This record gives sequence, structure tokens and C-alpha cells, in this order.
Amino acid sequence: MAWARNILRVNLTQGTCTSEPLNMEWAGKYLGQRGLATKYLVEETDPKVDPLSPDNKLIMATGPLTGTCASTAGRYSVITKGALTGAIACSNSGGFFGNEMKNAGYDMIIFEGRAANPVYLLINNDSVELIDASEFWGTSTWNTEDGIKKKHQDPLLRVASIGVAGEKGVKFACVVNDMDRAAGRSGVGTVMGSKNLKAVAIRGTKGVSVDDAPAFMKAVSSGKSVLAENGVTGQGLPAFGTQVLMNVINETGALPTRNHRDIQFEGASDISAEAMAEPRESDGKPNLMTNAACFGCTIACGRVSTIDRTHYTVKDRPEYQKASGGLEYEAAWALGAANGVNDLDALTFANFICNEQGFDPISFGATVGAAMEMFEDGVLTTEQTGGIELKFGSAEALTQLAELCGKGEGFGAEIGLGSKLLCEKYGRPELSMSVKGQEFPAYDSRGIQGMGLTYATSNRGACHLRSYTVASEILGIPEKTDPLETDGKAGLVMAFQDATAVVDSAGLCVFTTFAWSMDDIGPQIDAACEGDWSIENLMACGERIWNMERNYNLAAGFTNKDDTLPARLLKDAAKTGPAKGKVCGLDKMLPEYYQARGWTTEGVPTNETLNRLAL
Amino acid sequence: MKAGWLAYLVFEMCAHFPRMSFNTGYNIMQKSLSIDPGKCTGCLQCELACSYDNEGVFNPSKSRIKVFNFHDQGRYVPYTCTQCDEAWCMHACPVDAISVDGATGAKIVSDTLCVGCKVCTIACPFGTINYNSATGKVIKCDLCEGEPECAKACPTDAITFVDADWTGLEKMRSWAAKTDAAVQAEA
Repeated sequence: MAWARNILRVNLTQGTCTSEPLNMEWAGKYLGQRGLATKYLVEETDPKVDPLSPDNKLIMATGPLTGTCASTAGRYSVITKGALTGAIACSNSGGFFGNEMKNAGYDMIIFEGRAANPVYLLINNDSVELIDASEFWGTSTWNTEDGIKKKHQDPLLRVASIGVAGEKGVKFACVVNDMDRAAGRSGVGTVMGSKNLKAVAIRGTKGVSVDDAPAFMKAVSSGKSVLAENGVTGQGLPAFGTQVLMNVINETGALPTRNHRDIQFEGASDISAEAMAEPRESDGKPNLMTNAACFGCTIACGRVSTIDRTHYTVKDRPEYQKASGGLEYEAAWALGAANGVNDLDALTFANFICNEQGFDPISFGATVGAAMEMFEDGVLTTEQTGGIELKFGSAEALTQLAELCGKGEGFGAEIGLGSKLLCEKYGRPELSMSVKGQEFPAYDSRGIQGMGLTYATSNRGACHLRSYTVASEILGIPEKTDPLETDGKAGLVMAFQDATAVVDSAGLCVFTTFAWSMDDIGPQIDAACEGDWSIENLMACGERIWNMERNYNLAAGFTNKDDTLPARLLKDAAKTGPAKGKVCGLDKMLPEYYQARGWTTEGVPTNETLNRLAL
Repeated sequence: MKAGWLAYLVFEMCAHFPRMSFNTGYNIMQKSLSIDPGKCTGCLQCELACSYDNEGVFNPSKSRIKVFNFHDQGRYVPYTCTQCDEAWCMHACPVDAISVDGATGAKIVSDTLCVGCKVCTIACPFGTINYNSATGKVIKCDLCEGEPECAKACPTDAITFVDADWTGLEKMRSWAAKTDAAVQAEA
């Protein structure tokens, strides 16, 4: 049990929906969600496929724990070849969609081909139907979710959809579920749009069971206690959200500012968790209304925010005056520090638009930052930007571009190319702060060295959620390492990468690992799933998944030359803060990492490694 | 010996039929679920615990307690049966399938007697008794024989199981704190 043991295969070209048994042999090797869906993608598609061609597949996948009462066990992922990167993409989302998919009786849904006209998929347990989506095409994720529920007179439907950004080919479009949760990165929403698939709406009432219920309840209960008693998961995240990091990372001297030109932002405190809790002048209420949980989550780091009604962005627009998903640290950084903007309401508004039209605030914000640098350098002028004064620090430019990008219009469509293509287009490729085409998240690798190796080797392009060494280097979890040192980081990154692959593949949230070690996670997986899921086997599974993803990227045409960082991080020393004078010492860490991984000096897994991992 | 037996009988009656003890002046404390929406994060652990206890699987759609998300207002509100004394569902049932659990005061549905006519679902003013198409019976909160799983599972104490006569105690306490003007003036 734990797995539903059932897959739904939807061929959009032919308009057929069929269910088939889950390959349990693969489940035993790749666990679920990220690992298992990647295995299906590897087996069923050509890694060289154009991400936007009908031959690419898009898989929505749950993990074996998804839908159980384990804390945070409501996650699902979208796995495909990424539109932004051309690399393996796996974007993870919370909310309540994953649980519903599992309850409908599916471990995953595999979408193939391309529909002739826009459609959405309606699932009610075994009843599955592709329905014409023309009435929702061209509208936002908010309108689509609301509209589908109303049309079918079923408020209990859970919906994942793309906004106009995904339809218009914005390279970093996401798939948004439950209004403000998103499978955010790498352009998985762009792939969904290319398939003419507007939404998936699910109602599932079958229930989820586990293999050894008494052992599972015991392991889950002790896991919940660990989360409740931990300072980060029990107090910091519920009270301040991930935004608890804004001031911390700024003081660490690792807050990339103005397209990584600086490493500390003078306006950080204006856009921090503390600022979100500060009552505003107009109505005496703070930006942050309350915290919120995803399915089954006992941490509840989610933010629910409102925008100051007198703010220019929402003044005569009541539709944006209601509460919605507020700023997480990554969004606050990308929309704020990366552009030098310190207007909290403007950032909240831009974040609302990202959810409404379905695009990734990290890649969007970072791309705006690159455009602002090109504007200040005179490479871009108001002629190209359609009159927008793209200056660092301009909240108006940010919010205008958010609206334009969400609709794929004007200069917003160019921002929608992502920083790599945009900077190449205007002859300044070095200004794209990205790896494998994906923009950096909110940690500067000159100030946190391990993150440099994390980014360079991440299988989905620059990403903090593949090995969050910030936990060790800044927060001291599980043990403190020096953020300015490169020694020992290869092993650290590798351990984080493998463990994270396990957490993702199980259907749990990676935030649990602030408190949980494998000693807490292992018993929950082992009790829920048939088979031997000892910690040793789980870590081998994580390493297997990592190497499988690596092999996919190598087959797609990536090489060790892509395991690098922009010259700015390798050559331009940090100007201020504890890391002043430092560059990222990737050259010291990378060879050590290849060796620790059992890869050749060219970064290719050796036969010995592949055999050891049964790949 | 005889007196002892009588005392035992009275004790048993009091324990199982608290209403009968009304006249005797003796009562065991009846408890109620107390819900504080302000503390709810919408995690649905209550629904998971409820469905697991009643159905043996994790299945929010079969939960007797439901959390409502008023998204645009940033509010989460758990809602379930409040165990009315003069329960509409109980009075409406044509086959007397709903009875009072003497120990807890909960209104309990007998699956043996219930014929699935759903009249109770119409009679209940609050919508907290519902039909389960999988079994052909109605389902509602039964207070888990006095140890409600939802309250145990709630990570934020939004759902607690407290003295039925004092469900307002915490609210009174917080208002009391605000009302003591003298202390506030000093602060």
C-alpha cells in the first residue's frame, strides 16, 4: 500500500485517458514522485527532445507518503524536460492538489502529445474526462480554479492550472494549485501550455492506506513532536515564514543585490519578516494576516497577506485588495533585493500577479534585475522597454513588468524569455545570473561557498532546493560549517543532494529537514511502504536518483562545462560584509565533488558507480 | 452488602446516563469540542485523524470534521457537530437510529438501524450529519467515545476537548485580560 499502484496516462493528441498499473519494480528502486516519475520520463522520452514539442511528456506525481497523516505529506511534483533549461525539471508544490490526486487513486498522471484545442482534465476517482477549455483559455489561474469549481458545482475540487504566462510561452511559467501554491521553477507551466492543457481538476474520495499502520502512527507521532520542539520548524517558520532569513542572510553578506553586483541590500529590513508584521499607517493592519499550512503540515510556514489599500498598485482594484499568498523569502528577495526595490506592497503585488498568471517570481525577478543592469549600462533604452524607466530600485517598473510578463505582452514578453536568452539577445550574456539557464535563488555563493557548488551541480539549473547547505553553513543544521570555507563542501553538498532526493520522492516537504534527520524520516517511509526502506537503502535510492538525473542531462547534451557559475561570482570579489574580498571557490570544490560522486574528471558517472547503484 | 450494591448501581447510572443524574445533584463532567478558528492553519490533520479512526484509512472526504478555507479573508474554520441536547437529527430519524451516548453526550448513529433515508441530513440546521454513499449510512461526529482524535491531532490547539459547561472560558479569559483597565494603565 502507500502507493495507489495506479497510473493515469492521458494522450492529449488522441484525447484518450487510460489507467495502468504502477511499475512496482521501479517503485522499489526510485520510491515515488521525483525519483519514480523521472524514471518514467527517462524510459519513455528522448532526452534530446525539444521541451515544447508534443514528444516531451509532462508527469504530475505524488509520493508514497502523499495523502497520509505524516507531517507535510501533501506534496506533488511536476516532472518534465524544462522549458527554461532544457534539463530535467522537477518542480514541487504543496497545497492540497497532491493529496487529492492520491485519493482519486493515482500515483501519477502522465500527459503525452498535444491537444488540438485547449482542454482541461476532470477527474472524479475512476471517472476521467478531457473537456474543452476555451472558456478558461486566456484567463488567470485564479479565474480558472474558481470557474471550474462553479461550472461543475463542486467546491471540493482541487485544481492545478496555468495562467496566461504558460499559454503565451513565458519560459518560466509555473503550474499553480490552490490559488497560491506552485510547481514553480524551470518552466514546467510552459510545457503544460505547449500541450494546450489548461488545468487538471480532481476530486478523490478513495482514501490512502499504509503498510504497517501501528508502526507508521508511532513514527509519525514522534516525527511531529520533533518538528514542534525544534526552534526553526516549531517557532521560526510558523511565526516569520521563510522570510525569517532576510535579515540573517543580509548580515551574513550573502544577499545578492542588484543582479549580484552587491552582496548586501540596504533596504533588506524594509522587505523582511519583521516589516511584514509591522502595522501600516493607513489601516493599522500589518501586511501579514496569518500563517497557513499545506496539506497535513504541522509547521505552517505559509504567508497570507494583504496589500495596503492606499498603495498605487491596488488603489482602484478591489480584486487585489483581498488576502492571498504573501511573500516567501525567495520571492521577497527576487522581486526586491535583486532589483534594489524596497517597497513591500509593490513586492506583495508582484507576487500576487505571479500566482495569478502563473510564473516563477525567482526567475522573473532575477531577469528584471538583469534587464535593469542592461538599462543602466545603456544597452537597453526606453525604446525597447516600451517607455518603462528600468532603473534599479524602481517599484513602478517592477510591478508594470509583472503585469506585462503575466500576459506575455510588450517588454514583459522579452522578460519572459528568462535572463539567459534576454542577455544573449542584447549581447551581454555575462549579465545573466544563471546556471543551465535557470536563475539563482537568494543566496550569493561568494558569501556561502557551499551554495556555489550546489548551484553549479544542480540537475535542474541553479536551485537552493537540491542541496540546502545554508542549513549547515549559516544555521548550523545538522552541524555548523564555515560559509567562507570550501573545504569539506563537496561531501556536504553530496549528502544534502541525496537526502533531498529521498525527501522529495517520498512526498514530504524539504523544510522538515530543518528538524528531521534520516533517523526521523526513515522509519516513517519504512512503515508506510512495503519493502526494506532502511536508512542505508534510502540513501542509496537518493544517490541513484541523483545519478539518473545527471545521466539524463548528459544525454540531453549538457557537459561538465555547464557545471559552472557566471564570471561575476568567480572573479568579482564581494564588496562588503563578512565575505568582502571573496569570490566563489568553485574550482576547489568541483573536482573533489566529481571524485566523491564516483564520476570521471569530466563529470560522467563511471561504470563502476552505475553498477553500484544498479543503474 | 446491600447498600454497597445500591451505591454501585447509582454510580453506574450516573456514569452512563448523566441526564438521569440531573436530579441527584451528582454528575460526571461532560466535555465538548471547543473550536478556535483563530488558531487554525488549515493543515487538515484533524480530518486525517478522524477518517483514520473511523474508516481505517486517511481520507478527508470521509471525515466527520471539516476545515473551511475562506481564502480571500485568510481564515480557516474547522466545523463539526456540536452534539445538540435536543438534537434535530435524533428527533427526525424515523427508525430511532440515533441515540445519546450516556457517557459522553454524543449523538450516535447505529449502523444496524440506519436505513440511509437522509432525513436527518435535512433536519440538522448545521449540516454536520452527512450521507456516506460507500456504506449507505449517515456519518457524524461521535466524540470518539470521549477521546476525540481531531483534538489530539491538532498541532495548534485550535480544536480542544474541554468542560462542556465552560467552552467559553478561554475567550472570557482573554477578554478579561483586556478589560482590566487599571493594569493596562500601569503598563
